[in-house]
Amino acid sequence: MSLTATSSGLRHTMWVLRGNPVTAIAGAAAILLALVAIFGPMLVPYDPVASDVPRALQPPSALHWAGTDQLGRDVFSRLIVATRLDLAIAVTAVSVSFVIGAVIGSLCGYVGGKLDRAVGRFVDVLMAFPLFVLAMAMVAALGNRVENIVIATAIINLPFYIRFARAEVNIRRNLGWVEAARACGDGHVSVVLRFLLPNVLPAMAVQMSLNLGWAILNAAGLSFIGLGVKPPTPEWGIMVAEGARFISTGRWWLVSFPGLALMLAVLCFNLLGDGLRDILDPRMRT
Amino acid sequence: MGTIGATLIRAGRRFLSSLPALFGVLVFTFLLMRVLPGDPAVFFASGPSAGKEEIEVVRKQLGLDRSLPEQLGIYLYDVGRGNLGRSMMTGQPVAKDLQQRLPASLELTLTALVIALIAAVPLGVLAALRPNSLIDHGVRLFCSLGVCVPTFVSGLLLIYVFYYLLGLAPDPTGRIDVFASVPPARTGFLMVDFLLAGDVEGWWAAARQLTLPAFTMALFVIAPLARITRASMLVSLGSDFVRTARSIGLSRWQIVVTYALRNAILPVITIAGIVFSTMLGANVLVEKVFSWPGVASYALDALLVSDYAPVQGFVLLMASIFVAVNLLVDVLYGIADPRATAA
Repeated sequence: MSLTATSSGLRHTMWVLRGNPVTAIAGAAAILLALVAIFGPMLVPYDPVASDVPRALQPPSALHWAGTDQLGRDVFSRLIVATRLDLAIAVTAVSVSFVIGAVIGSLCGYVGGKLDRAVGRFVDVLMAFPLFVLAMAMVAALGNRVENIVIATAIINLPFYIRFARAEVNIRRNLGWVEAARACGDGHVSVVLRFLLPNVLPAMAVQMSLNLGWAILNAAGLSFIGLGVKPPTPEWGIMVAEGARFISTGRWWLVSFPGLALMLAVLCFNLLGDGLRDILDPRMRT
Repeated sequence: MGTIGATLIRAGRRFLSSLPALFGVLVFTFLLMRVLPGDPAVFFASGPSAGKEEIEVVRKQLGLDRSLPEQLGIYLYDVGRGNLGRSMMTGQPVAKDLQQRLPASLELTLTALVIALIAAVPLGVLAALRPNSLIDHGVRLFCSLGVCVPTFVSGLLLIYVFYYLLGLAPDPTGRIDVFASVPPARTGFLMVDFLLAGDVEGWWAAARQLTLPAFTMALFVIAPLARITRASMLVSLGSDFVRTARSIGLSRWQIVVTYALRNAILPVITIAGIVFSTMLGANVLVEKVFSWPGVASYALDALLVSDYAPVQGFVLLMASIFVAVNLLVDVLYGIADPRATAA
């Protein structure tokens, strides 16, 4: 990409952002989330796993902004520290399925034939499961660990990326500029990697942002039902699960704050994904 | 007559084409069981202290000494006969446990689906009738937020508001009060069984118990349903046949419902399959939050004590239901749009 293309792209992005403040806010929120994930653990006022039983189950106050849990741990500190783990799980899972899905999908779209049919069948089988149930079964089978939450979340995301990359490559593989590349002596691998994939990546990146929110919900759901993350590790899903026991006695802060954190993170990535789609592909604007 | 025949043929053809996926599901569940942690033979023998010979005997009994394809064959044969193994937790055959608990899950999921449809379709239509109005923005905001709140959080917050603060909802555990009398089980659906028994009071109690979990689940899927209804209503309202209908002076109701909505409902049916997949997943979380005695909480309980046969049976059951629902959606689509059948 030449310099002028980059700067005009940047200018276009700024123009779109000005016209679409929601995307700008979502982008800023995403950056803030990333900063919290990186620096949060250094800045929190309390140790997220240190219990202080005399101060258990206190409602939010000036000392404890989001109250304390059943062991007297500071909910606000735990929320902040949990950001890193929650984001890391979602980002890793989505990146893994993005890379694998892009490679497999574009191969299928380019080669076609038996490989395409075989992968198609595999994708059909994955899609025949309710996806959350499939993730649950995989974590149960592979072992109750955080890595396996990542793997399970990556696998249930995989069909979408494979299908997407396959379709996009398939409609392009016989276009003029691809034939030109082949005529110039480019091998198949080079054609796929240097010409086809770069054309598909932007649209897939949008998909990635939209999927991040979904991945966060899935991972939190899995840890809510007791899979993957183990207490006392701070994680939003498990914090809700621990707070659930106290909701019928009115301790609302144990559930609301981690719930709010989850909601904001998902909302931020969803809005960002919608906005990115508008910037990259104005036709799909709704 | 011709249409019914065509629909039946289409249904049959779709059923045949869903068989490979169903077979794949079976193989996949089998493989999942094979990679499950631990040696089932050690597990099924009287405990970790069991002798080597004893474990070998159990291994033979379970067929674990055979080759993988042979084992797969045995597994398929067992599933074909409805034998899903035995649960260590309840000591009963898994198939029987699932059968006993399935109605509770279905009652919850179907009620939620009905609530979601009743709420989502009018919301989508209203938003599409006045694009960029206050209603439209309200619906859009609701949809954007609705997909962001995890089911387990919204369920717990509903409990907080309606049970703790307002005292309107009953104790959020289970389908029915522990001390209440259960009607004779005819269908397994409590709402139906209470009606059949003529027990209005019991019916009311069960309905109150069902309300919060069903709404929790509905909330999560109202958003995608309303969004797609709005989008396809917009297309349909802008089309020529609606303009014609308007120009010949048909009533507003007739234009919107008979003409526009009937054409706009197709995409809604198409995503119903995806929505149902989401609901079967959300069902796990909602059953956990409300201690609902359905198949999902059964599988979760089993999972926590490393009792894998129920988990496997549950996954298989969910996948089969999902395949069946997709088939149903397909057939409905053919009925709603005769062109799909003709093609």
